[in-house]
Amino acid sequence: MALFIIKRLGLALLVALTVSIISFVLLRTSGDAAIAIAGEGARDIDIEAIRQAYGLDRPLAVQYLIWLGQTLGGDFGQSLYFKTDVVDLVLAKAPVTLLLGLLSLAFALLVAIPLGVLAAVFANSWIDRAALAVAVFGQAMPNFFFALLLVMLFSITFRWLPVSGSGSWLHFVMPTVALGYYAAPAFMRLVRAGMVEVLSADYVRTARAKGLPTRTVVFKHALRNAIVPVVALSAVQLGYLLGGSVVIETIFALDGLGFLAYQSITHKDFPVIQAVVVMLSVIYVLLTLLGDIANAWLDPRIRVA
Amino acid sequence: MTIGTGKMRIGLLAAALLAGTGLLAQPALAGKSDNSVHLAYDQAPENVDPFFNNVRIGVIIGQHVWDTLIYRDPDTGEYKGQLAKSWRQVDDRTLEFDLREGVKFHNGEEFDADDVVYTLNFVSKPDSGVTTQQNVAWIEKAEKLDKYKVRVTTKQVFPAAIEYLSGPVVMHPNEYYAKVGPQGQNQKPVGTGPFRVAAHEMGKSITLEKNPDYFKDSPKKQGPIETVEIRFIPDRQTQMAEVLSEGVDLIMHVPKDQADQIGMVPHLKVVSGETMRIVFMQMNTLDNTPAPALKDERVRRAIIHAIDRETMVKEIVGAGSRVIHTICFPEQFGCTDEGAPRYEYDPAKARQLLKEARFPNGIELNIVAYRERNQTEAMIGYLQAAGIKANLNFLQYAAMREQIRGNKAMLTHQTWGSFSVNDVSASTPVYFKFESDDITRDPEVRDLLQKGDTSVDPEARKEAYGKALALIAERAYAVPLYSLPVYYVAAKDLEFKAYADEMPRFWEMTWN
Repeated sequence: MALFIIKRLGLALLVALTVSIISFVLLRTSGDAAIAIAGEGARDIDIEAIRQAYGLDRPLAVQYLIWLGQTLGGDFGQSLYFKTDVVDLVLAKAPVTLLLGLLSLAFALLVAIPLGVLAAVFANSWIDRAALAVAVFGQAMPNFFFALLLVMLFSITFRWLPVSGSGSWLHFVMPTVALGYYAAPAFMRLVRAGMVEVLSADYVRTARAKGLPTRTVVFKHALRNAIVPVVALSAVQLGYLLGGSVVIETIFALDGLGFLAYQSITHKDFPVIQAVVVMLSVIYVLLTLLGDIANAWLDPRIRVA
Repeated sequence: MTIGTGKMRIGLLAAALLAGTGLLAQPALAGKSDNSVHLAYDQAPENVDPFFNNVRIGVIIGQHVWDTLIYRDPDTGEYKGQLAKSWRQVDDRTLEFDLREGVKFHNGEEFDADDVVYTLNFVSKPDSGVTTQQNVAWIEKAEKLDKYKVRVTTKQVFPAAIEYLSGPVVMHPNEYYAKVGPQGQNQKPVGTGPFRVAAHEMGKSITLEKNPDYFKDSPKKQGPIETVEIRFIPDRQTQMAEVLSEGVDLIMHVPKDQADQIGMVPHLKVVSGETMRIVFMQMNTLDNTPAPALKDERVRRAIIHAIDRETMVKEIVGAGSRVIHTICFPEQFGCTDEGAPRYEYDPAKARQLLKEARFPNGIELNIVAYRERNQTEAMIGYLQAAGIKANLNFLQYAAMREQIRGNKAMLTHQTWGSFSVNDVSASTPVYFKFESDDITRDPEVRDLLQKGDTSVDPEARKEAYGKALALIAERAYAVPLYSLPVYYVAAKDLEFKAYADEMPRFWEMTWN
């Protein structure tokens, strides 16, 4: 087990490093940051001065190594746009994103598990088909479009919920639903597949045979086993939801990391984009790692792989 | 992230239908009940200190929280005393100001000559890092003559000084500014303006409240609006939804087609007006231009003849816009189209000119653009009809500028707002005086513009600019297109005017 964890940890580190290199190179080659910082009306000498002041005139590899050294030392630099410490900026926005991610995950599970169970218990019936339709709908519809539909219905027509902002819990309802709904189908399929398999297992037949009520059989005996892979998937999906919040936070002007990432992209604020990308990818990698470890712990067969 | 406007169009239509059938709940009118105005804007300024941002919303906040020495009446163009009571031109490079007494900053600090001297000397030092150098680079120094008298010296003869002193050059409190600097002014802004900052959540929102101690003689007359909340909402569709659901009272820079549809909603109205932003197309005639065909004047004339500007203004640009014939905003001092040839819409003539220039089969060019893509596409359509195939390269502003300055652009779909400075020195020279965005570089034009920029006699300035503008038109260096309108969508009962400087003035707004 220890060897397995060490192997996975090394792999995770490599992934994080690769992500940081790729994002760094992509960002720096996507355009001249100096021109972006200088803005409309800047002259060539202004731009040149900015280029030197920010060290943008040095070779890319040198810039990366400097950045890596500072980052490992906990210094993410200054935001080119807001002129404040990137760490402060990111830390100030992180709670909103984390909250949104967790709420969305909870929403996804709340929708997916009952539907998955129903679909499995009534496999191939109309209930199964209806659950499948819900899943396909969620998977197929872009979440920004779903978000707009929610806004039209709940903010414009009924006026129940505020369109945008992050001032109260009401502001989180639509973003949570829009983001969580997209994650639900994966869980649902997993629960359904697991349940179908488990429900036909010998021990469930035994449980039924000894006259236990269906509810006890389904929830106590079957679901507990079928839900194991969901735990691992939750970790991965949470990472995915945190990344997916860029679009949702922008639409709902929720003041979190995703919103910050979007603003920074428009302003070519490299240090902030870089920090957000690296932070989200590290979280993603860590969550995947946790998922792997949880899986290996629950199912020893995986450890060999 | 881009979201097709088509989808929103369906959304708006549906909303309008719902409204029409009475399914929309009646408005709660949050802004009206407590004399507040809620504005949604798409980008946050990096710093609200007016010297350290270069975005429109920064100008808007700046003019509410701070004051300038002089105020330009947007209706008449007349200069009035604001923080200065009066002023006079002492010699070609020297101005003297008598300051108003009894004005207080929001933190209680008294306004006097020290504030003016400190502010001007601080911002004009290049190492202070003011974002838009053009706004301050003309200042040589400011000196205190007595407590309420200041002398300002310009580096060169600079007739537009008054214009800058009534626009971007605001006055900071010297003691506070020396202590906290631009970063402190961003976190806790302090000015003398008709509104003071009640809360500033960076990148999220800023709340202004009426300054109860504002000086009564200011030309910015305080009205009934008590608070103004500006929220930064990057997504256009979300802004629309906010104004539809009355989460905000005002949004601006709404595209014409969307404004047309939203105008159908009963509790909203559309207000539009011309702005100082002009639209034009540059043609690269530099020695090593990637499009040598553009060095032929006949080709350039063909391009101007090919575009139907009148129809574009009517059909897609919208109310408030007008066709221009020279590269400047018509109301700017020194801007004229007298003596400049006009190029009527005439595709046949365009083809003929191309033939004469030995391009009987037409030519192929690229065009870089960064905003109002539908307008670029219309122009491409017109060019195509005249035998000019233009390939669109649609970019962010910074990327487009990189292409232009790197001599990679052939045609550009350019716009310029002159920083709302009402003088030709802020527009034409930017593109024709051998600055980095000049991709024609005609020394004759440059010399005339230089003369206009640095002469003291207004008549001499007008004459020099007029000649330069006529020459640019005669030699067909650029396609003058039109001025851009601005569309506001607002709560029906909110009374306000659309000004050419794209600045909503909250101090004079009222609720009906």
